[in-house]
This record gives sequence, structure tokens and C-alpha cells, in this order.
Amino acid sequence: MSAVRRVNSESRPVRWALLTLAFLFLFLFLGLPLLAVFAEALRQGFGPYAAALAEPDTLAAIRLTVVVALLVLPLNLVFGVAAAWAIAKFDFRGKSLLTTLIDLPFAVSPVVAGLLFILIFGRQGWFGPWLAEHDIKIIFALPGMIIATMFITVPYIARELIPLMQAQGKDEEEAAVSLGASGWQMFRRVSLPNIKWGLLYGVILANARAMGEFGAVSVVSGHVRGETNTLPLHVEILYNEYNSVGAFAAASVLGLLALVTLLAKTVVEWRMARETAMLNAELPPEKTDK
Amino acid sequence: MSIEVRNISKRFGNFVALDNISLEIPTGELVALLGPSGCGKTTLLRIIAGMESSDTGQVLFHGEEATHVHTRERRVGFVFQHYALFRHMTVFENVAFGLRVKPRAERPAEGEIRERVTRLLQLVQLDWLADRYPSQLSGGQRQRIALARALAVEPKVLLLDEPFGALDTQVRKELRRWLRRLHDEMHIASVFVTHDQEEALEVADRVVVMNKGRIEQLGTPDEVYSAPASPFVYRFLGNVNVFRNRVHGQWAEVDRAEQAGKDEALAFVRPHDIEIQRDASPGALSAGVLHVQAIGPLVRVEVEHQGEIFEVELTREQHQALALAAGETVWLRPRNLRVFQGDRMVSAQTFDLGAGI
Repeated sequence: MSAVRRVNSESRPVRWALLTLAFLFLFLFLGLPLLAVFAEALRQGFGPYAAALAEPDTLAAIRLTVVVALLVLPLNLVFGVAAAWAIAKFDFRGKSLLTTLIDLPFAVSPVVAGLLFILIFGRQGWFGPWLAEHDIKIIFALPGMIIATMFITVPYIARELIPLMQAQGKDEEEAAVSLGASGWQMFRRVSLPNIKWGLLYGVILANARAMGEFGAVSVVSGHVRGETNTLPLHVEILYNEYNSVGAFAAASVLGLLALVTLLAKTVVEWRMARETAMLNAELPPEKTDK
Repeated sequence: MSIEVRNISKRFGNFVALDNISLEIPTGELVALLGPSGCGKTTLLRIIAGMESSDTGQVLFHGEEATHVHTRERRVGFVFQHYALFRHMTVFENVAFGLRVKPRAERPAEGEIRERVTRLLQLVQLDWLADRYPSQLSGGQRQRIALARALAVEPKVLLLDEPFGALDTQVRKELRRWLRRLHDEMHIASVFVTHDQEEALEVADRVVVMNKGRIEQLGTPDEVYSAPASPFVYRFLGNVNVFRNRVHGQWAEVDRAEQAGKDEALAFVRPHDIEIQRDASPGALSAGVLHVQAIGPLVRVEVEHQGEIFEVELTREQHQALALAAGETVWLRPRNLRVFQGDRMVSAQTFDLGAGI
């Protein structure tokens, strides 16, 4: 635009140096690895890449990853909305405790979380004998992996919703009730539409985390090929077997997931920003109908 | 439908929000709950609406016990200070909401909903905004839509929580008049909360002045303004001059503050109830003119009497006749005053001015 330098902005070389540094860093630590994954996967051409993906064990791992995510997300959705609702709209004893507990999975190493579940449900664990008696298998089976993934992804949806719901207050819900709406009608017609973008955002993040989780799931899965291997676990196994193309092909699926997540996240963020802007829009000047 | 509140008390922790409140509002009456922030007026309104529960006491609608009836069954129209319109719905859908959530058996057909909503939007003169979203409306328009929405379910009682608090003075005045008209057409009991005394006096049939969880006075706008029942009401409703004095039997003696003992009393006089005279007369107080300022139709004169400053309001005609200037000495004669000892009124109109001269 104009050649006039604004008085308070940094000098041109400084700006250039900062920008270059930021982009260089991003490229080296984020862009390059992602490119490397695809490059390694496609090194021997598209044929071997496709063949590696069509491998029954790899397909099983993809299927299991999707199944785990599909089972975990609805449970988390219900919990996240319920917890956020309670925290944002009610005052009760233990509210700050609940808020802190929701953050626990952020603070605990996933491996520790996995070990905890072994301690509780494992053969030598607290409920081990009882579970064995009733022939219920949790550890080294699907239920264990679902529980571990649940644990890891619990905060995402609730964390996203709490500030949003707090900012919106209770007025609209109270208005709905005073107009005769039942609890469900209020939730369905007033609360849910108000939080839908925040909810979607939380779901996208939780989904990415659920599909990519390694540590906790690794501990409870038992690594049975074709049965309890999720995609991240499968990548590790293939890599340890020096099956480089297979490992990177599987990894490229996760890489794609990352890209799709980023894209979806950007779209949702944009919609959310638009909605917030609408909400806080400056009032047009008062007009008296004269 | 009438509203009755009996012996309502409410605490929030150690804070007493409402202290044994009883109140009756007959059908057709528009009542203002007036008081400073924190006086409990909003809490009382929310208890009537069922959005808050009282610790003790009862709420009755039309003589029927409603204390434990859920808000959704009370059929109250509630209007919020910040409108609380459903932001993701159009104006039309906002107003239609109450009709659409009715149980299937009672729900009007789509055509009738359309007709009723249109009629309500015409009532609030905003039918041309039906397809807009709340964020596209001005504050005054939003509040009118909120009212139309509340009226859609044909409430038996209309409750308004600081309905004009967030609006400009000009719009507020217009909406006040409009609310009054609307109320008169509907023949229901309405209660509105406000901290604006002018609003309460102008719109309401009766005013409930509240302070610290109690009712200080209940009366018509004229009663609470011209015959305040307590020093608080005097101070809260309009300007007032306070003369410190002592009470001897039925005489009140104007005196300096230092001499005040347990028989100290305060005499309250409105600025327009003080007459200014050029010449001394028995019972008048001498005062020095400090400042004269014309404010709209009135002229405000600041005078000093024994170290304390008082305000006198004159009409422009009175002022012209007197032609006061700063620095002059004049004589004050209160026309209408009330003397309180603590919160207890000890006399009205009785005033021995002899000692003050």
C-alpha cells in the first residue's frame, strides 16, 4: 500500500527476521515431518503403498480405531455437555473440585492412566477375580481400550463448552421455561443451538485425540494383531519389523486425519467467530418510530 | 389475575435478601418495585416467577397456592433486563416459541400461530422486522420483541425485571408510556422492577419502595413522593433538605448538630417546599444565598444556614419576582415538612423556628 512506515511498528528487517524465524521453525518441526511421512510411504510408488494399506492387519487396525472413536465420542459428548451444563449453570458444593477433576487427564501421563486401569480391571487387579468369574474381559480387549480412550479425551468437550455456556448465562433458558418449555424442549431448542459450534469444535479435537492416542491404549491393548491393535499401535509394530513402507503408509492415514482435523477446526473456528461477532455486534442507533 | 405474597423471606448465605415481605397486587394493577441495587426487588420478582425459591412464605395467584408450582406452569410473562431473546431464532420464531412448545393437544395450528404472532408483532409495531435476528435490532426494538414474546402465551401475570434499564433516556421514556397503554389494554396484574424513581412514579399505579430486603413504603406515586413514610423514602425519591433539630414535646427545634443528643431528630423538606422571603418574619430562618442556577423550568438556589447547605427550587416566576443574587441574605420558610426520630415519624408540619434565627 503506502510506503510510509507507521511510527510505532517495528523496522522492516526486524519484522522479516521474526517472520522468517517463525516459518522456518514451523517448517522444520511440523511441515517437514508430515512431508516425510508421505514421502516415505510413497517411496516405492503408489502400488506398494496401496498394497500396504490393503494389508488385512492394517485394515483391521483402521477399523478398530474408527470403532473406538465411534463408541467413545457419544459417551464423551453426553458427559461433556452434562458436566459443562452443571458447572456453567448451577452453583453447588464441589464445583471447583469437578472443574479440576475434568482437567486431570491433561495432567496425568497416558501410560500411568493405562496402568491404573490394569490395576483396577487386570487379572491381578481389584476387580480381576470377579471379572474372570463372570467371563468378562476388559483389559487386552475392546472395553479396556474404550475406557482408556475415554479417560484421555474427557476434558476436550467440557473444556470447550464451559466458558461458552458461562458467557451465555441462564437468561435464555429461563425465558424458555417461563414460556412453558419443558426441560428437554429448552435444551433442544435453546441451549443446544447456542452451543452447537463449540460442541462441534470439542468433538473434532476429542476425535483427533481418540484416534491418535498411543500411550494409554498401548498399555491396555495387549497388541494382538488384527484384534486389539489401533492404528498408532500398528504403526509402531510395523516399524519395529523394519516394514518401513507399511509403517509409513499407516502413518500417512493418521497424517491425513490430522490435515482433515485442521481443516474442520478452521472452518468451525471461523463459524464460531462469526457467531460471536453477531452476538456482540454493536447495537444500531436507537430509532424511535416517529 | 391477582398476585399475593405472604411472609416471604430469603437468604443467600449470610445476606438477607428478603425479610418477611407481604404484598398484594390486584388484577389490573401495575406495580413498581423500587429500590437501590441489592434491596431484594429482583429476588422478589424472581420468586413470584418461580425462578427462585423462597426460604419461608407463600406465593398465591388468584388466591390459589402457587409456592411450589413450576415456572412453566405459572403462566407468567417474564421480561428480562437484557432481553434474553433466543439469538439463533428470527424475531418471528422468538415470538412463536411459547406457542410451539405447547403440548400437542393445546398447540395451535401453523396458520393460527402465524396469525397470532403477526398480530403481536403489529401490537408492538415491529411486524416489519419478523425475519430479522435479534442481533440486528436496536435495544428498544429487542425489548419490545421480548414483550411480544412474553404476551404470546397469554400470561396471567406480567413480570418485568428492569425492562428499560439498558436503554437510552429517549427510548426509555417512549417505552414507558407504551408499556402503560399495553397494560391497560390487557387487564392483568403487572409488576416491574426498577431503580429509577422517575420511571416508577410515572408508570405505576402503586409503588413499593424497598430497602435492605424490607418494604419501606407502599402507596400511590403521589403518596410515596409527598408523604414519605421514612427518611430512606425521602432520600430515595427526589431531592430533600435535612434540618437537624431537637424535639421538645411536640415542638421541634432547629439546632446545630453538635448539640444533638438522643432526642435528635431530622426534619425533611423538599426543595420546592421552601419559600424564600426578602424580609424577616416570625419563624423564618436566615440564610445566605450561595449560588443561583436555572435548570429547565426551575431555578435552583443554594443557600447556607448555620454552616449547612440547603437547596431551594423556585419557579421562574418566583425567581423573577425575588431577583436573587449570590451573597444576599434571605429568610427561609418551610411549607411542608416531616420530622423523624430514627425511622419513626414524630410530627408533620410542626416546626418551631424561633431558636434557629
